[in-house]
Amino acid sequence: CSRSTEFPAKMTETREERRFAEVPRESIKLMAESAGVELGDDVAAMLAEDVCYRLREATQNSSQFMRHAKRRKLTVEDFNRALRWSNTETICGYGAQDALPFRPLKEGELFFVEDREVNLVELALATNIPKGCAETMVRVHVSYLDGKGNLEPQGTVPSAVQSLSDDLLKYYQQITRAILGEDPHLMKVALLDLQSNSKIAALLPYFVYVISGVKSVSHDLDQLNRLLHMVKSLVQNPYLYLGSYVRSLVSSVMYCILEPLAASINPLNDHWTLRDYAALLLSHIFWTHGDLVSGLYHQILLSLQKVLSDPVRPLCSHYGAVVGLHALGWKAVERVLYPHLPAYWANLQAVLDDYSVSNAQVKADGHKVYGAILVAVERLLKMKAVSLSASAEGGAAALQGSVGGMMGFRESSPGLSPPPEPLSEPPLGIASHLQAGGAGCQWEEWTPVSLPDMYCELYSFFGDSLAVRFSTGPALGGAPSATPIQSSDTRKEPGSGAANLESTRKMPQLTANMNISPRQDGSPRTEPAPPSLATAPGRLGGAPKRKKGGQSRDIFPKARFPPPQVGPPAFSFLIGGRQMGRRCQGRRFQTSFTPTPSLTSLPPRAYAHKLPVIGRVSKPVRRWTCSHYSLYLPL
Amino acid sequence: MTRLAVSAPGEKMAAVQDGGSEPEGEKEPQPELPSDGSSAPAATPASKPEEQQQQQQQTLLAVLQFLKRNKLIESVDALRREAGLADEPDEAPGSEAGGGVGGAAAGSADSADASALLSRVAGAAQSGAASAPAKGGEDQPDVSVVLSAYSQQGDPSLYQVYYSGLKKFIESVLDCHRAELSQLFYPLFVHMYLELVYNNHESEAKAFFEKFSGDQECYYQDDLRVLSGLTKKEHMKGNETLLDFRTSKFVLRISRDSYQLLKRHLQERQNNQIWNIIQEHLYIDIFDGMPRSKSQIDSMSGSLAGEARREANKAKVFYGLLKEPEIEVPLDDEDEEAENEEGKPKKKKPKKDSMGSKSKKQDPNAPQQNRIPLPELKDSDKLDKIMYMKEATKRIRLGPETLPSICFYTFLNVYQGLTAVDFTDDSSLIAGGFADSTVRVWSVTPKKLRKVKSAADLSLIDKESDDVLERIMDEKTASESKILYGHSGPVYGVSFSPDRNYLLSSSEDGTVRLWSLQTFTCLVAYKGHNYPVWDTQFSPYGYYFVSGGHDRVARLWATDHYQPLRMFAGHLGDITCTRFHPNSNYVATGSADRTIRLWDVLNGHCVRVFTGHKGPIHSLAFSPNGKYLASGSTDGRVLLWDLGHGLMIGELKGHTDTVYALKFSRDGEILASGSMDNTVRLWDAFKAFDDVETDDFTAATGHIHLPDNSQELLLGTYLTKATPVIHLHFTRRNLLLAAGSYNSQ
Repeated sequence: CSRSTEFPAKMTETREERRFAEVPRESIKLMAESAGVELGDDVAAMLAEDVCYRLREATQNSSQFMRHAKRRKLTVEDFNRALRWSNTETICGYGAQDALPFRPLKEGELFFVEDREVNLVELALATNIPKGCAETMVRVHVSYLDGKGNLEPQGTVPSAVQSLSDDLLKYYQQITRAILGEDPHLMKVALLDLQSNSKIAALLPYFVYVISGVKSVSHDLDQLNRLLHMVKSLVQNPYLYLGSYVRSLVSSVMYCILEPLAASINPLNDHWTLRDYAALLLSHIFWTHGDLVSGLYHQILLSLQKVLSDPVRPLCSHYGAVVGLHALGWKAVERVLYPHLPAYWANLQAVLDDYSVSNAQVKADGHKVYGAILVAVERLLKMKAVSLSASAEGGAAALQGSVGGMMGFRESSPGLSPPPEPLSEPPLGIASHLQAGGAGCQWEEWTPVSLPDMYCELYSFFGDSLAVRFSTGPALGGAPSATPIQSSDTRKEPGSGAANLESTRKMPQLTANMNISPRQDGSPRTEPAPPSLATAPGRLGGAPKRKKGGQSRDIFPKARFPPPQVGPPAFSFLIGGRQMGRRCQGRRFQTSFTPTPSLTSLPPRAYAHKLPVIGRVSKPVRRWTCSHYSLYLPL
Repeated sequence: MTRLAVSAPGEKMAAVQDGGSEPEGEKEPQPELPSDGSSAPAATPASKPEEQQQQQQQTLLAVLQFLKRNKLIESVDALRREAGLADEPDEAPGSEAGGGVGGAAAGSADSADASALLSRVAGAAQSGAASAPAKGGEDQPDVSVVLSAYSQQGDPSLYQVYYSGLKKFIESVLDCHRAELSQLFYPLFVHMYLELVYNNHESEAKAFFEKFSGDQECYYQDDLRVLSGLTKKEHMKGNETLLDFRTSKFVLRISRDSYQLLKRHLQERQNNQIWNIIQEHLYIDIFDGMPRSKSQIDSMSGSLAGEARREANKAKVFYGLLKEPEIEVPLDDEDEEAENEEGKPKKKKPKKDSMGSKSKKQDPNAPQQNRIPLPELKDSDKLDKIMYMKEATKRIRLGPETLPSICFYTFLNVYQGLTAVDFTDDSSLIAGGFADSTVRVWSVTPKKLRKVKSAADLSLIDKESDDVLERIMDEKTASESKILYGHSGPVYGVSFSPDRNYLLSSSEDGTVRLWSLQTFTCLVAYKGHNYPVWDTQFSPYGYYFVSGGHDRVARLWATDHYQPLRMFAGHLGDITCTRFHPNSNYVATGSADRTIRLWDVLNGHCVRVFTGHKGPIHSLAFSPNGKYLASGSTDGRVLLWDLGHGLMIGELKGHTDTVYALKFSRDGEILASGSMDNTVRLWDAFKAFDDVETDDFTAATGHIHLPDNSQELLLGTYLTKATPVIHLHFTRRNLLLAAGSYNSQ
């Protein structure tokens, strides 16, 4: 009897703390009735009182089990122990760790524990098997050193700057003020120091935090730029171990690359350069610190791909994705951009084909994207060729040479003739990521497209804009060949640069881009083709060459095949510069590649036919040369 | 005047030995009891002249009862015939319940007598199973005692008048006496209330309680709450708290002047009611000299049965440390070895026992080296001692300027189940007792835990090889932790043996288990407590261990005896914690009756009773020099005691919840306390002990003025993150280790 009334009794006990639990005699009578006993009022009252007392006693006894278990919470378990030790049957079914909520029922002033029905079948067949209890373990933690240490609770992370030493704090304030301030000279000094200071490890989290503020200054290109420079300095500091902060830095940089920044609304703002720079920075972070975070490469590629495949995103985001991929190396382009191109092309085409005035701005953006893609795939082609030849020859040296050559070219005048120069900025140069890109990308199973096939497909998109040419192998240094080649794809440039029919609004962008020193902004897109690839003279048989040459006669009208002095002739690609937003040095690339399958199966140039409409190929060839020359004027 | 049976431990022991001799119905206006345990009580039932005969009869009764319980009906009949005993004692249905008392709720259907038996048994049951016959024997007389204890009473309606009359008087006396006489309020209040309840004056009792409960000191709140729930005579039986009130005399310490004042007042007023209660239920310890101040009284009161009698703390305690055995210690092992290799003779070695100089002189306060037999040192023990001394040379000297570093061992994923923790002395292992009945041992060092190989594999081992100790270990079993299964209830206490070969665990299932840390199996289950065992601890010299639990008796065991060697009875509440004195000659127990007792292992006597805590005591710690004891209780206070003088010498206030862990640093300069309030606090123990002036007078009277300097002594408060601190340990180099389970809620 007493057992069954315990719950209501406990209820009242918790409700009124001052007074003790009182089980109403009605309850007792009810219980008795349900057991088939008729009780008088007085008996019920006495029983009720006794029940209350016994309950109190049991509760008091149970509290000692709680105390010895060193808990604050009295559990059903404790109560049951008290009952058991007083030779009373224990109450089963309430052993849950969580508090059981009592629910009142208004009508009857009844309280009960919610007890839902459990569908055992569902439970048994449920796929989400509940996790088992984690294993009990002991972990040690040095809480207080010499009785001092942090007075904060164990396990908390320092939350604010004040736990730093005063000197560091001052340094931090000075540096951030200098970098984000107005004075460019101060900024330079601060960045240099940040790049070389060996004692700022403790400040890293704070700097990373500041950098993560990119999201709040997306309207201010200047600030974004400064923050990116801060990233660069931190990344280049040889004394810093970035650890998991790499992820945070990468996300900040990715933000600059991909997000439709508030600053992009005004077409006068050159956010393109920012994206270029951020992309370069991204590749740099990745190639130098990518090993700190597993799966980083994969993640970056995925997010880039996601942006690229999202047609709702603005074109500037797409542009970011393309330059990002480009910066991550040709393999990334091959893996993500290339397969995606057919699908994307349609969208881009639609934009580019729209000549309405309202679309002018979008169209201009579209051209930027177009240009970026072109650069990316061009390098893809040439690097693929290089890798093929390199693998054929084991020519790491060749690759190196080519890289050096590229750099050298970039630094030199656009005359395309300078001799190779060593990299002046090795870590930031594209060289590193190109190299690593060759080695570092490992995707699971992915069937590579053969170079010629790829070329064919790309050509079908870009037509002659795809300025990859054959030229005579050994005469690399002799850039003259480049001159005519440039023309094929630089048509655009003169159009916009001089008397652009399409839109004058495009102009500022272009000029802005051109003003940036390639070295400073490090845009991958400005990276010129190496004039002198050290690729050894092709050792390929003449047949494929010839075939190729013959096949693509119209494609590469300027290709010549003079017999190289070193035995078999080598192919050399020449890549024309991009029109929009780029300096238009012609880029020449020389390599040899494996025998191509017959190119007779060249797909109809469905896309390429359209391109003239966009304003690429339709220009008279004569003007190409002119445009080419004009391009060099500004420089 | 009826004197109730018993609480002095000696008496209880006596009860165990010769059941019937328990004093009962003793009508002797004897104000003072012999000091604890020193003599058997003089059982002189004045109402019956032939004491001898009566005792025999009781013994007979006891035997009969025992036989009956064991269903030996024929023997019962035979015995009764022979003894010519016609009257059969009342059938006691409670006899079966007798096994499971201790706060039991007896069925309301029980007859009064049976319930009385039950309650009586509850009081005596602590003596353990061996006392079963005794309980039976005590049954009959005791009922009458209880009856008589509260039967003589006046008009219930006058109780309030009596009480308020006394109250008025006490309020009117001089300030110096008022504080002392105010001590009377609480025991009088309780006894008067109980009398009312006992005589079925429920409404009067309630009114009485309503009116005067507010006057009582706040530290009696817990008891008052229990009391307030009790309004029926039937409920009085089996209620432990009440039993304590009836079976023990509430001890008050009052100066002679104050006492005279009170006596005169009561005689003038002819207030027999109150006088009777004072005579029957109170023990007034009269001292000559200045009346104590209110703060002095408050600091000492609070326990369930008043203060300790002065006599209780007079016995000599040998608190000094034993002389360390002389071990030849090769100092500076590395250097020495290097030198030896260079061909230097190893002449230095024998001289260089660092213990030598210190231990040559026998501490005058130390017990005889062989006062209790201690196990001989094994070679491995000597090695360990050498390790210890080496470590000790690297020890950091702590002080207010150099506080220890604290490492926290957090138990994760225990789901509120961690109940006890212990570290080995060398801090290499950590053990946890859990509510799920398991004991888990972790290795704190990179060295993994390995079991010894099975017998079959062991026989294959070359026993002559040098590394045989290594070979016997089974590499396959190496793991970071081991789980010991065996208990059937939450494990409330764990303790490593000093040599790290054994682990003790005490559990709710009433057993203490000894585990081997070589095989990770249970070796022995020591049964005897029958009730939850709250704590257990190994002696610092190994071999002996002490346990204490819900049955209010602490037991001393030796690992190779399945029965206890000593039983320390005397506490009026559960024994919540047990600690060995560093010299292994004494055992301290803390109890839920809010007292601490120090027991002599040699003879089982209680040599110290410390009162002053206002809540159950959950942690104890001896200072490394053996002179002092620190105790922590649920009220969050830590008290410091001088064992030699039997005095309270300090009060450390700061914690806001139960203090579950106390530990002195290796040199005794710092006291660390860990609490449920998620903090570790460090106290300047050196200063605390230094500040105390223990002149002869204070030592003689025990009236000490406690400086209220907790804030000065507090050296630091260190928070954890939602992790109650339940164990503290100083490594041999004085690094502080703390342990607790993370409590996410």
